[in-house]
Amino acid sequence: MTIREEEIQRHTIAVLVSNEPGVLARVIGLFSGRGYNIESLTVSEVDEINVRSRITIVTSGTPMVIEQIKAQLSRLVPVFDVHDLTLESPHVSREMALVKIRNDGEQRIEALRIADTFRARALDSTLESFVFELTGDTGKIDAFIDLMVALGEVEVSRTGVVAIARGHDLDMPVVRLNKARRRHKKAEPVK
Amino acid sequence: MTKPRSSTARRDAAPRTMSGAAVILEALKDQGVEVIFGYPGGAVLPIYDEIFKQNAIRHILVRHEQAAVHAAEGYARSTGKVGCVLVTSGPGATNAVTGLTDALMDSIPLVCLTGQVPTHLIGNDAFQEADTTGITRPCTKHNYLVKQPEKLAEVMHEAFYVAAHGRPGPVVVDLPKDILFAECPYEGPENVEPKAYRPQVKGDSAAIERAVELIAKAKRPIFYGGGGLINAGPNASKMFTDLVRKVGAPATLTLMGLGAFPASDKRFLGMLGMHGTYEANMSMYECDVMVCIGARFDDRVTGRLDAFSPNSTKIHIDIDPSSINKNVAVDLPIIGDAASILEDMLKVWKSKGYRSNDKPLADWWGKIEAWRSKNCLAYSQTSQIIKPQHAIRRLFEKTQGMDCYITTEVGQHQMWAAQYYNFDEPNRWMTSGGLGTMGYGFPAAMGVQIAHPDALVVDISGEASFMMNMQELSTMIQYKLPVKAFIINNQWMGMVRQWQELIHGARYSESYSEALPDFVKLAEAFGGVGLRATALDELDDVIDEMIATPHPVLVDVCVTKDENCFPMIPSGAAHFEMLLGPNDHAEKPTSERGMVLV
Ligand SMILES: Cc1ncc(C[n+]2csc(CCOP(=O)(O)OP(=O)(O)O)c2C)c(N)n1
Ligand SMILES: [Mg+2]
Repeated sequence: MTIREEEIQRHTIAVLVSNEPGVLARVIGLFSGRGYNIESLTVSEVDEINVRSRITIVTSGTPMVIEQIKAQLSRLVPVFDVHDLTLESPHVSREMALVKIRNDGEQRIEALRIADTFRARALDSTLESFVFELTGDTGKIDAFIDLMVALGEVEVSRTGVVAIARGHDLDMPVVRLNKARRRHKKAEPVK
Repeated sequence: MTKPRSSTARRDAAPRTMSGAAVILEALKDQGVEVIFGYPGGAVLPIYDEIFKQNAIRHILVRHEQAAVHAAEGYARSTGKVGCVLVTSGPGATNAVTGLTDALMDSIPLVCLTGQVPTHLIGNDAFQEADTTGITRPCTKHNYLVKQPEKLAEVMHEAFYVAAHGRPGPVVVDLPKDILFAECPYEGPENVEPKAYRPQVKGDSAAIERAVELIAKAKRPIFYGGGGLINAGPNASKMFTDLVRKVGAPATLTLMGLGAFPASDKRFLGMLGMHGTYEANMSMYECDVMVCIGARFDDRVTGRLDAFSPNSTKIHIDIDPSSINKNVAVDLPIIGDAASILEDMLKVWKSKGYRSNDKPLADWWGKIEAWRSKNCLAYSQTSQIIKPQHAIRRLFEKTQGMDCYITTEVGQHQMWAAQYYNFDEPNRWMTSGGLGTMGYGFPAAMGVQIAHPDALVVDISGEASFMMNMQELSTMIQYKLPVKAFIINNQWMGMVRQWQELIHGARYSESYSEALPDFVKLAEAFGGVGLRATALDELDDVIDEMIATPHPVLVDVCVTKDENCFPMIPSGAAHFEMLLGPNDHAEKPTSERGMVLV
């Protein structure tokens, strides 16, 4: 139930978690259980020694819902840190797509030409197909796929968004303390 | 909450090793656990072996795993300690789910140990396998599946830390059977703290100063306290009371918060919300500064959100950041432990030399007294047929001054208990608030009685709710727990009948309590004592006899069948649209928007 009519905004949120079994299920269960949107979610371990993964979530909602999402994420036990990149700072975000197109004749040449202007690389080709690799923001990848679809039969695999703040600040540094020191280190309270 | 017992003597020695099952018992002892509510099965037999070998921890054998969890809740809520549960894999774990959800919704600290099939069989649909961590993920604060013997001790201690710190809640530790046999190192709780989980305890001092200033300058302030005050320990309730009295403001409490402020204090307006008092709800509607501490603007409390206290500045103090701005946008949030923040608020009040704002407060109290004079909880006990409100009021009057704890089931009797049984202290009142679980009160009373063997523990019950966990009477007989079930028998699922009458065109579909057992004979069949009051002039004697009986007692209080619970804010209505009694209803049919709400 909303009490104010507020506009829906898209936010990119970075979450640093302990890479333990079930942590992704916990995050995803939170979104489905509470009816939040996930437009994209990517995850990978970023700190092997301390076993930490970084999850990047693109979500949308009213400002009140976005605030809830961040608070709900923060209170999960294996979550170290949550940053709203959209709100906090200018950031760069990228995703990668692998796009396979099957076509022939003029359309094949046109596909190659467009790939070139998008700086997509051909990773694989046969006489009737290409696999292109393309990196960029979501808009660029959407645009490329739209063009490819107009030129043939297409299959797409996308990574989803990864993002990081611009500038020299390290929001979520990879800490590589050895185990003995870590034990005595007082971590910051979860914000 | 529970202070881990220190075992410094062992700190420097190399970790001892022992079987996983022994590690579990050792960890429980080091966590100060005195009692565990459980039910055995194949997957947890190694733990039962260890229980058999020792006397430090008492095991209470319940008759259903749901009851084990509710009993642990009752134990936790009446003592402030972490409650502890042990169940087997598969059906043992799934039976515990309702209790876990109940504890999550009401922020009750529990550790529930569940058996699991051995690690090499997980995922094979083995006998009595259930995906316990998967099933309980949304109904626990956190859960663990222990797959490495060297992690067991750490996980056990972490489970207690997580259950008790920050906003408390239930934690499940799922234990594959091979881990229970494996050689595991044991370490005490000294060095174990979760790496990521560090809830904020201390409130922001600038925000606290600002809050106290707002309160001091308020013309129509109100304090609205909830279960968070109880969870923050008895001292939080004391300081809350102190602050309210210093300010000279009125206070209201949620269903979960009853007892955090003395009901006998004239500043207490009673409970607020759907079945709260007229004066509490009107004061919430018209206040200029609202101080919410440890409550969460639940839908039972706010009524229609767009008409909720429209002109107030709202201060919200809570340990859980996700409670802030969830339902209602607040002006001044302060995150932290209620006790710590109240202590700081009292210091600021003193150091700044604030005084009660007498003149405007006198006007405010004038208004409040006018609302109060409607006497919204009045009822008329005119015939020989016992009114449910009167039965509970007499129970209150006859037990006043005794060392008494009250639990309830869910329904009309629960609301009447909240209205007519008054609490002057925290931790005396245990009810299922968030989940509204019928069947909660009887096993919860059992847990309370274990913790307070000499106290009078009464489950104010309904005849329908009682039958949801009545098997626990057998447990009570076994352990000589003199719990009293005070059954308000209206022969209906009264709360359902009330909604059907008021909102569903009097279609009394499936809400009649048909084929009721004879509760007196039922008590006797189990080996307890059964009493019955069928007319007003029997009521007092029956209550006296119940109190005097040192055994489990079922009291069948035969009451008016069609009494409704008032006052009532119908679903989807605002605080000022409260129905005060049966005659109020006709003019205000429930809105379509309200119909879809529960
Ligand atoms: C486990 C469970 N099932 C269903 C409900 C819905 N419900 C709420 S109150 C109620 C009727 C309770 O009847 P009774 O125990 O006789 O109490 P009364 O309202 O008559 O005092 C029901 C069915 C519930 N709260 N819990
Ligand atoms: Mg009933």
